[in-house]
Order: sequence, then structure tokens, then C-alpha cells
Amino acid sequence: MARHLDRRGFLKSTAATALATGVAAPAVWSPAKAQSRQETLLVVSESGPNNIDIHGVGTNVPGYEVSWNCYDRLISHEMKSGPGGVPYYDRDKFKPELADDMNIGDMSVTFRLRKGAKFHDGTPVTAKDVKWSLDRAVTVGGFPTFQMKAGSLEKPEQFVVVDDNTVRVDFLRKDKLTVPDLAVIVPAIYNSELVKKNATPDDPWGLNYTKQNIAGSGAYKVSRWTPGTEVVLDRNDDWASGPLPKIKRVIWRMVPSAGNRRALLERGDADVSYELPNKDFAELKDSGKLSVVSTPFSNGCQYLGMNVTKPPFDNLKVRQAVAYAIPYQKIMDAVLYGLGTPLFGATAPPPAAWPVAHAYNLDLAKARQLLSEAGYPNGFETTLSFDLGFAVVNEPLCVLIQESLAQIGIKTTINKVTGANWRTELNKKVMPLYTNVFSGWLDYPEYFFFWCYHGSNSVFNTMSYQSPQMDALIDGARTAAANGDNAAYEKDVKGFIDLAFTDIPRIPLFQPYSNVAMQKNVSGYQYWFHRRLDYRSFVKG
Amino acid sequence: MTTLSQPEPVSSSVTGPSLAKTVSTRGIGAQLRHIRYVLADNPVTAGSFILFVIFLLAALVGPSLVPYDPLASNTASALRPPSAQHWFGTDQLGRDIFSRVVVATRLDMIIAIASVLLVFVLGGLAGIAAGFYGGWTDRIVGRISDTIMAFPLFVLAMGIVAALGNTVTNIVIATAIINFPLYARLARSEANIRREAGYVHAARLSGNSDPRILFRFILPNIMPLMMVQISLTMGYAILNAAGLSFIGLGVRPPTPEWGIMVAEGAAFIVSGEWWIAFFPGVTLMLAVFCFNLLGDGLRDIVDPLRRT
Amino acid sequence: MLRTIGKRIATAIPSLIGVIVVTFLLTRVLPGDTASFFAGPAATPQAIEEVRKQLGLDRSLPEQFVSYVSHLVRGDLGTSLTTGRPVVTELATRLPASAELTLLGLLIALLIAVPLGIIAAVRQGSWIDHLCRIVATAGVSLPVFFTGLIFVYVFYFILGISPAPLGRLDVFASPPPDITGFYLIDALIARDFETFRAALAQITLPAVTLAVFSLAPIARITRASMLAVLSSEFIRTARASGLKPSTVVMTYAFRNAMLPVITTLGMVFSFLLGANVLVEKVFAWPGIGSYAVEALIASDFAPVQGFVLTMAVLYVLINLGIDLLYGIIDPRVKVEA
Repeated sequence: MARHLDRRGFLKSTAATALATGVAAPAVWSPAKAQSRQETLLVVSESGPNNIDIHGVGTNVPGYEVSWNCYDRLISHEMKSGPGGVPYYDRDKFKPELADDMNIGDMSVTFRLRKGAKFHDGTPVTAKDVKWSLDRAVTVGGFPTFQMKAGSLEKPEQFVVVDDNTVRVDFLRKDKLTVPDLAVIVPAIYNSELVKKNATPDDPWGLNYTKQNIAGSGAYKVSRWTPGTEVVLDRNDDWASGPLPKIKRVIWRMVPSAGNRRALLERGDADVSYELPNKDFAELKDSGKLSVVSTPFSNGCQYLGMNVTKPPFDNLKVRQAVAYAIPYQKIMDAVLYGLGTPLFGATAPPPAAWPVAHAYNLDLAKARQLLSEAGYPNGFETTLSFDLGFAVVNEPLCVLIQESLAQIGIKTTINKVTGANWRTELNKKVMPLYTNVFSGWLDYPEYFFFWCYHGSNSVFNTMSYQSPQMDALIDGARTAAANGDNAAYEKDVKGFIDLAFTDIPRIPLFQPYSNVAMQKNVSGYQYWFHRRLDYRSFVKG
Repeated sequence: MTTLSQPEPVSSSVTGPSLAKTVSTRGIGAQLRHIRYVLADNPVTAGSFILFVIFLLAALVGPSLVPYDPLASNTASALRPPSAQHWFGTDQLGRDIFSRVVVATRLDMIIAIASVLLVFVLGGLAGIAAGFYGGWTDRIVGRISDTIMAFPLFVLAMGIVAALGNTVTNIVIATAIINFPLYARLARSEANIRREAGYVHAARLSGNSDPRILFRFILPNIMPLMMVQISLTMGYAILNAAGLSFIGLGVRPPTPEWGIMVAEGAAFIVSGEWWIAFFPGVTLMLAVFCFNLLGDGLRDIVDPLRRT
Repeated sequence: MLRTIGKRIATAIPSLIGVIVVTFLLTRVLPGDTASFFAGPAATPQAIEEVRKQLGLDRSLPEQFVSYVSHLVRGDLGTSLTTGRPVVTELATRLPASAELTLLGLLIALLIAVPLGIIAAVRQGSWIDHLCRIVATAGVSLPVFFTGLIFVYVFYFILGISPAPLGRLDVFASPPPDITGFYLIDALIARDFETFRAALAQITLPAVTLAVFSLAPIARITRASMLAVLSSEFIRTARASGLKPSTVVMTYAFRNAMLPVITTLGMVFSFLLGANVLVEKVFAWPGIGSYAVEALIASDFAPVQGFVLTMAVLYVLINLGIDLLYGIIDPRVKVEA
């Protein structure tokens, strides 16, 4: 019976989804269901990938997870013990992945490729694949090119094939972020011959092919993908870039209803789930039936942003008044159920780290006073917008803020913006008052501040904040970091954090947690900067 | 869900075209007597009528009677089960669910009544004109109805609300649009039948203008059947709003509205806080239930088969 | 016969064109800039413009419409931006899931509602009549998603009778060979009773949810139609000639009363098919409804247009089928063109 099913299952899945590599990767079901369950990880989440290539146009965040697990990069991060003892990627320590040796020089870094590393179709990984892949990342446009640029990786000439097994990356300028940027998801190594074979004149980088097919050498390969329903990944038993993962097969199902995801976990039918409401995580944690891991977002926070180019929020006193009228603690309790790091009410000056707490607290009297000093003794009316895609947190949060602001006379209308529309609205930079989350993959304060506060006015500077003093401090910190001048670096970091809190164009509310709930017999979760699952480290039983 | 707003066309061959005429030719007194007879004979209709009056009262005076401010949060007493202080418990932000449910009655009644009035005016007039004049008018109205009917109606409502923005007005407009064919068709067939009726001829001969004939002679005769339809559609309007809330297209927070309270409370069922979705859900169900039964009852009133 | 069908289809064409135009316009006024959505979180204005060009969204509306229609004529419904697959393929793989669910829901509703309607009509005005009315009306008075969630909570979470709401099959089972696309039927054809049982277990709860919602219209029309027939001449004659009451009801009245029920069924089916978007969302059912909802929320035009068009064509076909069937059952009825 089971054997019979296997074959059919496989045939059906291949037929349905035009499989990636030519290699037949039959979905081998163990004869005994129990056995197969033991080696299979069932993951449930709200949404699934729309594209399994991170270089693709508009690849969504679930798509990153597939890319992370199915492709290798030259290097990756070591693990360390993070908050609460959770294995946490070590920002400063790299480990080899496809490269087995890395040699950082003054103005270049040289990688030697691992011997015996093969793509899923069996072709060996060579230096020209690496060059082709990095060329692709910096020229294809959109998000990947943008992310590469963040580490001063901008031109194909920077990537040099030294010999079949050696690649050199030349630096455009000294930048502390260049090497870390080679360990993010984007610089994945593709099977250049395979992709080129499937490229067309209109699509020289073969994006249409990799959109639905894996052309990598990673630890897992996609054996079935039904968009919006499930992704099935099978282990690549020939994986050379690390110890063979314990989990043979990952079945990732999309379950839109949060209540159902929780029910699946509690009844033991699903192994791992994330994207649950905080309340559910808090209760699951307390019940002790499951292991729930909560880790603060690295380099990220949820904030209340104000458009500083238009009245009333162009007025510093108004912004300060708002900062004194936020029910911070209520939000921590009723919205986050404690699953977040408070970022308010600091009593000491902020250290040179990010995110850190500011000194504002709920103080309605002070808020009222500031508001009347600003010339709005009777308050004003405005709109408070949020992204409906994260309504579980955003909606109660906005209702609480609305209620509290009403007490100092600021009447707000809550505006729900659908997920698709949210980015458009942010990019327009016209919303007067809104809440949003930003977190950076590269965990450096100056990286965060460059995107969010710098006068070059990136899309993440959603407040349209402009301050020459701020720009000088951020640029100073970046230069100091590149030159290794620690004292200057620390001074500038403290300086821009302090200025961000004084000028308060955006009010940090809390540092959100990345929550993952697992059955007790599942272990090996690791926190990564991208906050998605790394299946390679999971163990069941 | 609204799509199921397809109770069979009320003017089906079962009831027959002649009944409304009969209604009109009777005296008011006889009508009332008949209504009383039907109500007495049919306890379910009587019950739903009483329920309807209660909902109306709640909509009118409810907001001034409730024990708590429906918008006031109190995080210290969040997620409390029903008790003497909070009859229906409290929600995630500690708001009193009883107060919210009562206050929501007004908005939900407004959504129901406004959308029904809108579609009654638009669909009813278009249908009467189509039936009365025939020809091009009829063809255009028929085409519009056909086109709307060919849509998956709930998705059409979603599309309209998503495109125009999720405000109460747009929810009302969307509900009215998807119900347009029902009203237009009903009014058309009834007007069409009456176009050649003796009393219409008589009115025309005595020099009445077309609009006058439409409003004075045809419309009143169609009213009883339309009332049945109206009652049924009101229920669907509320269900429709609830469905939209579930996919995130409901009214703006923190406005209390049954549908959005059910949709948001649904997430708390598995964790055991059943009351957040349950009470608004039951109230919503009662309201829709009451409209439906009332529609059925009205049908009986205008149904000649029940008159013996 | 063929001419009649041809004429009928011809009359449906204007409304199909209407559907195409309205859907096209409606999807274009959806808020949200598709280009900036797909350009990713870190896109610069130039990057967004690039994406806009790639997606062909920089062209004028009439141009976009012409290109859409010319693709449509060739059977190309475009490609979904969210799933990256051709819409035609997706609809084709998902339609059986929705159709199977809807048909089963309708079947369950029929099995319950028709007897209810008959009893209500036979015992008109009795407490049974009222009870039937209350039960049926209660079903249609609850939002479907709420009924669905309650069912999941009670039958899966609390009682554990029902399997996990994870779509058409248990995660560890594999689908039967694809013949009709209906798992229940395909599994039976393959004599694979284990898969049949697994599929049945998965589909029961969502199908019952839909059935609960469609009880009322079917029960109501059955009752009304039965009442009409029961008071007709030939039934009186049958009664007068001393036939058993059960024979009169079941053989003579029921058969004749079924005609309006069949007409309603067609309507109910096509409406349910469109309406089960919410049920599909609750049960993670991989049907076309949930596909359309996700696309609509993401301002992804092509799937919404494809879905609406498919539903419109289905609607026309089903009504045509019903009319023809009606004509066969009752030759007095002429199919009007």
C-alpha cells in the first residue's frame, strides 16, 4: 500500500510542478507512517512563498526561507548563545559554507571553494558559478542589488575568478559591512550552466526559471510546491557544505487561520509554527506543553512615525507631547503579552547599541503642557494608519494610542491599510501618523540609522526627517567603523541615538520578539538575522 | 455568503401574479385583520416581529443605556469571562462586550436599512421602468442585472469595498449593488404584469401621466412583495458586512460592529475566550434570523394560498 | 436543440463582456501600487519604475485592456504575481477542489433540506413546519466563517473526531491518481479506500459548514413548491380516488414539486461556489475561492480577473444546463432564447 502510494505521490507531484533539477528526487515515504513522521518536520505558517529565488522580482519573505535552505553561500555565521540561551547567529564570527577558506586582505577578500561541493544536478560548484551568481546579484536590479550595495558590492568587476576553485572579491572602498553582506541570503550561489540554459534573450538571468526551480547546492531541494498551499522540501543527501541535516523532509503547510494553527500545535499535529498572535505564544509558553522560543528582533523595533514635513508634526513640541502620551506599558501588557522588549522610560543615557530605550514615559500632564506650548491647547485631528497585514498587533496598539491621544485632545481616525497597499503608502511619505516595524539584516546601529534617519532620505526614512547634524554623526560612525576607530565610533553612535530621541521624529515603542512554537520533541531552532527557519539544524525525537 | 441572498424569487409561479392585485383591492381593515390572523396563527412570525421591535429599540436608545463606554479600554480587566459586572465579558483591551454589542445595533441596523433602501430605490425603479416601458429600457436593465448576477457576488462586494475603501458607506453601496438584480427582476416582472391590467388602463384613460401611474398605481401594488424581499435582504446585508470583516475589509476600529467583533473574536476561540466572538455572533444571528423569519411571515401575509 | 443552445450562449455573451470590462476596471482602481508591492521593501523609486515596466503597468489603461483581451482570446489569463504561476493552470488545479467541496455540501444540504421541506409542507402550520423553518433559517443566519471556526473548535480541537483542518488530504497521505480531480471519486476509481476515507474525513467538516448555510433556500423552495403542488387539481383527484397519502405525496406530488427545486439548485450551486471563499480560508482548502481572496488582497489582478471570468462562464453554463434539463423533464417548458 505505502509503496504503491509513494510512486503515485511522486509522479503526481512531478507532473504538477515541473520539477527543479533533472535529478529524480522521489519522495520516498518510509513504509511505516510513524517512521516517516519521525524524520519529517511539519511546519505551519500563515503564508507561503511566491517565488523561490531571492533574486526574483517581488519575492516575499517566505520565499527567503526556501532560498536560505536550498542554496549555499560562500560563508555563513557561527552560532552563539543568545538571549534566553537560544542559539543565536554570531554577528562577528563567520564560518565556511561553500568556501572552506576565507582570506581577508586590505582591499579584497579571497575564497577557496570546498572540494566535492555539487549542485543538485551533480555538476560541481566552480569559481565561475560563484562569479556568475554574484554578478547576477549586483546587476539584476531590485531588492538583491540594493542589498548588495549596502555592503559596497556594486559592480561585476569586483568579482574575480582566480582559478577554478578560487574567487576574489575586490573592495570598492573600505566598508565594515562588505564581508557580513556576503553572508546574507542574497549572495546565494547558483548553478550558472543550468540557469543559462533556461535563460532567454528577454530574461538573460533566467529569473523565470529560478522563480519555480531550485538551481542550487543547498541542503534541501524543493520536491513539491503548490503556491498558497504547501511546499515540500527533501534533504539533499549529497550536501557537502556542512553536516548532513537530521530532518529528511520538511512539509510546510499554509494555514491562514491563526486559531487553527494554534489548534494544530496544541493537538500535536504540527511540529513547528510561527506567525501566531503574541497572546497565543504567551499562553503556550505558560502551559508548558510546547517549547516556545522568543527572541528579540535583531536591530529592529516597532515605532510610531510622524511626518515631520507638515504641521502639526513639524513642531518638535507636538512630537514630544505625543511621545509623552503613549500608553507604553498598556501596550506591553495588552498587546504584546510581555513578548517584547520595552523601549521606553530609560533613566540612564543610552549606550552605544541599538535598539535601546528612550526616556519618555506616559505623562499626560506633561503632554498637555507641551501641546499647549506648541500652540495646540485644544489638540487637533489627524489620521493614524497601520498595516492590516499585521493587524493582530497593530489594531489593538492603534486603538490604545488613539484612546490615549484623545485625552490630550488629539483626535485620530484609524486607517487600516491592506498589506498590498502599505508599502505604497509608506513610499509616498504622506501619512501624518502611523506605526511600522523596521529591522535590518546587518546588525549595526549605523546601518539602521543610515536607512531610517539619514538625510539621503531612503524609503525607510518614512518621516522625511532631515538634519545635517544627524547626517554628520551617521557618516562619522560609518567612517570610524571602516577605519576601526572604536572611540570615535562609540561617540558618534551615542550622538545619533541621543539626537534621534531629542528630535523624536519617530517614537520607538518596543523591540518585537520573533516567536516560534515547537513540539517538545523538536529541537535545534536557531535564531537568524532573517528570522526565518533554518531546517538544517532541526532535530526531531 | 450574501450570494446566498438568493431566496427564490418571491414572485415565483407558486404565489402567482394575481395576488398583489387582490391585496390592493381589499380595504385596510381587512388587511390588518389578516395580518393579525397570520401573526396569531404563526407564533414564529409573531416572535420575530417582537424581536425586530427590540432590535429597533436597541438601535434607537441603546447607546444611552449601556453600562460602559463601548470604546473605553481597561487593560487591567482584559479578557474577563461573563460576570455580574460584565454580562458578556470583556475583550482583549478590557472593553465591555455587552456595551459594544448593544451600541453596535445602531450601526448594523443602519448598514442593513441603508443598503436595502438604496437597492430598493435603484433596483425597484429600474425594474419598474423596465417592466412598464419594455424595449430598450428593459434590455439595458436586464443586461445590467445579468452582468451582476454572473459575478461571484461576495467577491464582487469584496472588490468594490477593496477598491473604494473600507467605510460604512462603501459597504452599504457594495451590498446594494450585489442585490440589484433581485430587486430589478422582481419589480420588472410585477410591473410587466400590471402594465396591461385594467386599473392601469383606466388610470391612463383618465389622463394620468406615466410617472403618476408608476408611483400611484403600480408601485403600491408591488410593495407587499418588495417588503418580503427587503426583509430578507436586510439579514444578508449584515452577514455580508461580517464576511467582509473576516477578510479585513470591515469598518474602522474601534467602531463596534457585530461582524467585525465576531471576526476578531474568532481568533480567541481556541484559547478559550469564547465569549468575545460568541455574544456578538449570537446577536448577529438573532438579527439575521429575525429578518429572515419576518420575511417569511410577510410572504405568508401576501400569499393567497394561506387565505382561506 | 443545438440552435437553442447556440442562441442561449449568444445571449450570455453581452453579460460576459460586461463582466470582463467591470472586473478589469475594478481591479485597476484597487488601492495599492502593484509595482511597489513587488519591488520589495527596499525599493528605490527607480527600482519601482523598473518593476512597473516589467509588469507592463506603465502603459495606459486602454492599452493594458487591449493586451489583456488579446491574451484572453488566446486562452491566456495571465500570470499570478503572488504565486508566479499561470492563472489558467492554477484555476484548473484548484477548481476541482472547490467543485468537490461545493457539490458535496450541496448534496448534504439536499438530503436534509428536501425531506424537511416536504414534511413542512405536508404538515403546514404545525410545530414541525415551524421547527423546520427555524432550523433552516438559523443555518443561514450565521456567518459561514463563524460556523466553520466553531466546527473546527468543537470537532477537531475539543473532541478530536475530525482531522486537522489542513486542506484536502492528511499531510502524510498522497492524492489519488488524477482522473476527475475529485479526490473522493478518484480514490474510488483506484479502489484506494484508505485515501477515500482520508479525503472524506477532510472534506466532511467544510462540506457540512456549506450545507448548513444552504439548507434554508432549498428547504424553503421545496416547501413552497410542495404546497403549490399539493393544492393542485391532480393531487386532489389522486386523493379523492383513495390513493394512500404517502403514495400521493411521494409519487405524485414530490415528482412534480422537484422542478422548481432543480432550478434553485443551479443557482445555489453557482453562488455557493463563489461564496465558499470564506469556508476555504477557514479550512485551508486549496480551492479557487481562497486563491481569489488572497489575490484581491495583494492587488494581484490576473487571478481575480481569471477567477471572476471562470465563475461567470460557469454560471452561464450551469443555468443553460438547468434550462435544458428542465426542458427534458417538463416538455411543456420551452427554452427561451
